[in-house]
Amino acid sequence: MANETKKITVALTGNPNSGKTTIFNSLTGMSRHVANWPGVTVEKIQGRCNYKNYQMDIVDLPGTYSLTAYSDEELIARNFILTEKPDVVVDIIDSANVERNLYLAVQLMELNVPLVFAFNMSDEAARKGLIFDIETFSTLLGVKIVQTIGNKRKGLDSLLDEIIAVSQDKQQDYAARVKYGSEIEDELEKLRAVLAVQPQAIAADKSRWLAVKLLEQDGDILNQFSSPELNDTLQASIKHLRGIFGEEPETIIADRRYGFISGACQETIKNTVEIRHNRSDMIDAVLTHRMFGLPIFIAMMYIVFDLTFRIGKYPMAGLEYFFGILGRFIGGFWPHGQESLFKSLILDGIIGGVGGVMIFLPNILLLFMAIAILDGTGYMARAAFVTDRIMHKIGLHGKSFIPMLIGFGCTVPAIMACRILENRRNRITTILVLPLFSCGARMTIYALFIPAFFPLQWRGAMMLAIYFIGIIIAVIAAKILRITVLKGEATPFVMELPPYRMPTFKAIVIHMWERGWMYLKKAGTVILVISVILWFAGNFPRPDVNASNLADSVAARQHILEYSITGRLGKVLEPAFRPLGFDSRVITAMIGALAAKEVFVAQMGITYAMSEHDDVSVLRSKLRQDYTPLQGFCIMLFCLISAPCVATIAATRTETGKWGWAIFQWVSLTTAAYVITLAVYQLGTLLSGAIN
Amino acid sequence: MVIKEQISLKNITDNTTVRLLKIDAGAALKSRLSAMGLLPGTQFKVINNGHPGPFVISLKGSRIMLGRGMAAKIFVRPI
Repeated sequence: MANETKKITVALTGNPNSGKTTIFNSLTGMSRHVANWPGVTVEKIQGRCNYKNYQMDIVDLPGTYSLTAYSDEELIARNFILTEKPDVVVDIIDSANVERNLYLAVQLMELNVPLVFAFNMSDEAARKGLIFDIETFSTLLGVKIVQTIGNKRKGLDSLLDEIIAVSQDKQQDYAARVKYGSEIEDELEKLRAVLAVQPQAIAADKSRWLAVKLLEQDGDILNQFSSPELNDTLQASIKHLRGIFGEEPETIIADRRYGFISGACQETIKNTVEIRHNRSDMIDAVLTHRMFGLPIFIAMMYIVFDLTFRIGKYPMAGLEYFFGILGRFIGGFWPHGQESLFKSLILDGIIGGVGGVMIFLPNILLLFMAIAILDGTGYMARAAFVTDRIMHKIGLHGKSFIPMLIGFGCTVPAIMACRILENRRNRITTILVLPLFSCGARMTIYALFIPAFFPLQWRGAMMLAIYFIGIIIAVIAAKILRITVLKGEATPFVMELPPYRMPTFKAIVIHMWERGWMYLKKAGTVILVISVILWFAGNFPRPDVNASNLADSVAARQHILEYSITGRLGKVLEPAFRPLGFDSRVITAMIGALAAKEVFVAQMGITYAMSEHDDVSVLRSKLRQDYTPLQGFCIMLFCLISAPCVATIAATRTETGKWGWAIFQWVSLTTAAYVITLAVYQLGTLLSGAIN
Repeated sequence: MVIKEQISLKNITDNTTVRLLKIDAGAALKSRLSAMGLLPGTQFKVINNGHPGPFVISLKGSRIMLGRGMAAKIFVRPI
């Protein structure tokens, strides 16, 4: 029997910046698995650790400061502990910050669950001159305490040993150790007496916790227990306590918890050195400087941006080359010159689609590497500090700035970067307006049109104008969203500024890998399916190309596109887009561009029967013949605002957790594009008529 | 009865140590602030009254950033 493996589940909790994730990574290595908690976009991270005869399933709960019902993260952590009943809950505590970190720990004690405390980053605390009497501390709290240094893998074996010991001995009453003073204790007793006669089954060891939560007027618990009798008792208790203390019971309870903590700390922690100016403060004096803070931030972001797209270019070119070779290799199975539908499906639909998915991967990996570094060092919190005053004006969090900048490169990684925003409303608002930041693919459209219609000296200004129009519409849209669909109290901006740290290499690699994989798995499948659908629409129904006697394949391609669903749709939609200055060719190209914005240029090439050898200037001169500069501008404007590409739709769906938001984004942006372009074209026509 | 001199936190200059008297806000925000260690009676130091941006305070050894709107709702007394 000795060799039989025992399975236990362990939940990791802790404050943000307590080093919880580092410990989790060290314990579970690459065995981790990321999913979302049901119904919310908070990540559920699980991993496995085999130690001695135990197989431990470890769940990394969201980092929180408390266990109230006020935020998704806190409710998730609390409900997981209550309903899944992990065998052991490990609270990771930042040793340099014990008092504040113990606030969560005390609430875990109130919950009466099997506990181990890990006093993490004990090396940092030692540098700060803090000396702990762990033995006495452990006795005072009644909870086993292990000292760890997560990033150096120190103390992890003792932590695992304690987890095993606690999993075998669950007979502990931690809750009774936290006292709130006789006035509150009296009320707790009354509430427990009423709770005992409620129809719901209440475990004996949880009744004290429930009584505390009722006094704190916890929304979630109040909903579960709402009998008139309990309500009366509760209201009487609250009134009584308010009368005595002149404060809400919630505040007094919080105060008592800190009282308990500081009592325990006074006897067990010695501060040997008084450090007045630590290193972090000195770095902050520069990085968050009133005048230089913002320029430094913009420079940092520029470096991230440049690195992502400059270095990313090479693996992207490599991937493109690879898919090109693959296409030629597979194409080689068909006899030369013979066109077949199946070949086109494989080459243009599937390989093209997979290639379209893969092509973003280098950017996503590099970007998330940069984000992991910025986050790991602690700079991300400073970036939020620096940009907050600008972003606050449009009702967003300082951190929203980062995805917006990334959006100028590519909307897909930008949407994924929104995970750094903790508040749901902020995150969704930012995701919804991100397509308005002109991405690299739309750049190809501007690069085709601007030189075609505007003289050299106006081109730079024109380009800048297009970018700024996008930004202005995004700001207005965000503002509108924040006062309508995503209305809510402006998120209280409270954030910890963690000390600057060196991120571990492992954390960066794991972060990159996870994001990349998530992108391929989730967004990838959607992109592939829609690419195949659009391929179908562009190729069916098929004219009899051989019979129509077309001289060359270029003309054949033009004919196929015109004959297909996409081409026909272009013609059908023409009357609706006439007032915007578009003809069926432009609309056909735009339908093709639903897959990816850069497809627009290629499709325009096909509708004008350009061969691959023709110079882009030939296409430009044909455009100049057929359209006025106003029409050219309107086409660019419409491409900028309307119809986010398939990859964006997939990313929005994945990151918001709902198709509804992706559809809302697509429909409202396309509608806005129609209205704005219509106004510009009609006004422009009027004005030019008046001038001439 | 001692009349306490209440000043809104947003009017406190850099490097002043203060004691928190009260927070004029809803339960959700109060609870969030208590979880971070900010509750009546707490002493802390204003590190950066980052006018017009957010505030940085030093509290129990950690640095906490507050939006200006929030600083206006927190009343303190310099000590």
